[in-house]
Amino acid sequence: MKLLVLILNRLFWFVPTVLGLIVITFTISHIIPADPVAFVAGDNATAEQIEELRRQLGLDQPMHIQLWRYIVAVLEGDFGVSLYTLRPISEDLASRLPATLELTFVSVFVSALIGIPLGVVSALKRNSLLDHVLRIITVSGLAIASFWLAILFQLLFAMELGWTPLQGRVAGWGPDVITGFFLIDSLIMGDLETFWDVVSHMILPVMTLAFPALATIVRFTRAGVLEAINSNYVMYEEAMGMPRRVIVWKYVLRNALIGTVTQIGLIFGILIAGAVVVEAVFDWPGLGSYAVQSILQSDYNAIMGFTVVSGVIFIVVNLTVDVVHGFIDPRESR
Amino acid sequence: MTSDLLRVRDLKVSFATDGGTAQVLDHVNLTIGRGQIVGLVGESGCGKTTLARSILGVLPKNSARLEAGTIEFDGVDLLRVDPNRLAATVRGRRISFIPQDPFSSFNPVFTIGAQIMDLMKWKSPELDDADAGRSGWLPRLHGSRRYKADRERVLDLLRQVQLPDPEGVLKKYPHEVSGGQRQRLMIAMALLPEPKLIIADEPTTALDVTIQAQILKLLRDLATDHGISVLFTTHDLGTAWEICDSITVMYAGQEMEAASSEGFFKRPSHPYTNRLLKSLPSRGGSLSGIPGSIPALVDPPTGCRFNPRCEFATDICRQTRPEVTSAGPGHDVRCYHPVAEEKRHALA
Repeated sequence: MKLLVLILNRLFWFVPTVLGLIVITFTISHIIPADPVAFVAGDNATAEQIEELRRQLGLDQPMHIQLWRYIVAVLEGDFGVSLYTLRPISEDLASRLPATLELTFVSVFVSALIGIPLGVVSALKRNSLLDHVLRIITVSGLAIASFWLAILFQLLFAMELGWTPLQGRVAGWGPDVITGFFLIDSLIMGDLETFWDVVSHMILPVMTLAFPALATIVRFTRAGVLEAINSNYVMYEEAMGMPRRVIVWKYVLRNALIGTVTQIGLIFGILIAGAVVVEAVFDWPGLGSYAVQSILQSDYNAIMGFTVVSGVIFIVVNLTVDVVHGFIDPRESR
Repeated sequence: MTSDLLRVRDLKVSFATDGGTAQVLDHVNLTIGRGQIVGLVGESGCGKTTLARSILGVLPKNSARLEAGTIEFDGVDLLRVDPNRLAATVRGRRISFIPQDPFSSFNPVFTIGAQIMDLMKWKSPELDDADAGRSGWLPRLHGSRRYKADRERVLDLLRQVQLPDPEGVLKKYPHEVSGGQRQRLMIAMALLPEPKLIIADEPTTALDVTIQAQILKLLRDLATDHGISVLFTTHDLGTAWEICDSITVMYAGQEMEAASSEGFFKRPSHPYTNRLLKSLPSRGGSLSGIPGSIPALVDPPTGCRFNPRCEFATDICRQTRPEVTSAGPGHDVRCYHPVAEEKRHALA
């Protein structure tokens, strides 16, 4: 019951948060000193041509009118056209979103799958050699810049060893687009060859993105397990002779995961930001490389579109985390 | 087989602390007869909880060190039993536990029902020892006959500890029930495996005074009905008087005197016990404490640890710890100068 209230409450706040996001994005991109119209019109345009274009794009209107029009358009799913290609931005984003989401989801999944058990073991064997080694790895995971790591991986695994493709998302055209997630699409088509090709293309970018995420997950799981394992309820469970494995992997882990789940929500945001760099290095046709392109071309409609969409993703992920949190920790929801 | 259920002899336990090694238990003896409720009385920090946890085999692994002694339970020295076997067949089966703080001793993220049913799965009295460490791994459907039988047994236990609405309680999370109810649940869980011994570590300290009395009576009645021995640690002499058959008093990691409740309160023989009883508030009387303070366990006094505060202390008290001497039937005291009959501070 309280869980339902929690969900409705978060959904209620979703609307003003998104509106705020749009307003801030809009304001920031309109106070930058560059004049995108002059840029689009080109070097040889006359002053009249520039003014004409400005009117066409609606940029001659006062700011609040522009903002109002933009909000209405965005709520209808229209982010305007790219100043550079004149293609609708919503179409560009829609075709690139699955690529980024696929990369992000797989990275989070991989880092949680490896990070949670490592965090538990690291806490159980505190101050052992394994714990120290893991600490070094996690600190470097947080400290190493991902573009540098990405290039290093490319040099080693793609160029030197030749184990993985250098860049791109798939060799050739890729599977027919059904969901836009190549892993799923190729499985639906029953095309295992393409599936493994997609997997091999994902390895390096996923490793790059998952490394810092893994570090965070290991550290938070370790801290959570340490806290739980020194608690009175674990002492009680031990005093009542419950098997060690049940205590650790059931009773302790569930408590420890409360903190980890919150972190995973934050990691999503970091990964989407990180995708900007990683996608550029791996030539991954996702939102990140689109954002880099748009920034280099001062295509501010596209930049705004990217910012709003990734902001909405972040908000949705956090909403999901809040709900999952409610499931794991009954004190939250009942 | 001896007639006593539990005999702790010469138990020595130390803790590594920042200030050095603390001698928390110094060759302690403790005896619990079958079906007896034994009070382990002493001030905070005297080693009661450490002794209780030693018997359960759950001393903190990193800091505690069991240096010497035997813990003989039902004729078997628990310190020589393989730890896995101990967990599977003794802890939560023959010896169960009621913790001090029912608020933090439940796992906060599982329902009460899930926790009790889990305990039932591993510690059901119907399991034999060979199954005890294994049976819980088998998957069990909630509709199965075994599950239903276990659930009935649990509900029956909850009725025995007089919990209102047992079915409803099982669906709740620990933070949704009151402290008194949680401690009733803890008692039910302690009874669940039909143990021979329950170790209750200050089970009522965290509760309101009015609830304390109910819980104590409940514990006493159920233990007596089921013929279960109880080791009951407390710093409250009044509580000990109400429910215990016999009492062992500890001071600074040494046991000083062990006697039947009546012997303890009417014929206290150790100087510490006498001072302790004298310090109980009485109507019209003035409050009197014991001069001095409890010694640091990192660097305890040699010999009898009470000697710096004892009015009768002589040289020998400062050199070697007295052996156990008898001060009457079932009445042991560790003192070179037991208080003479006429000087004892008996409670009327």
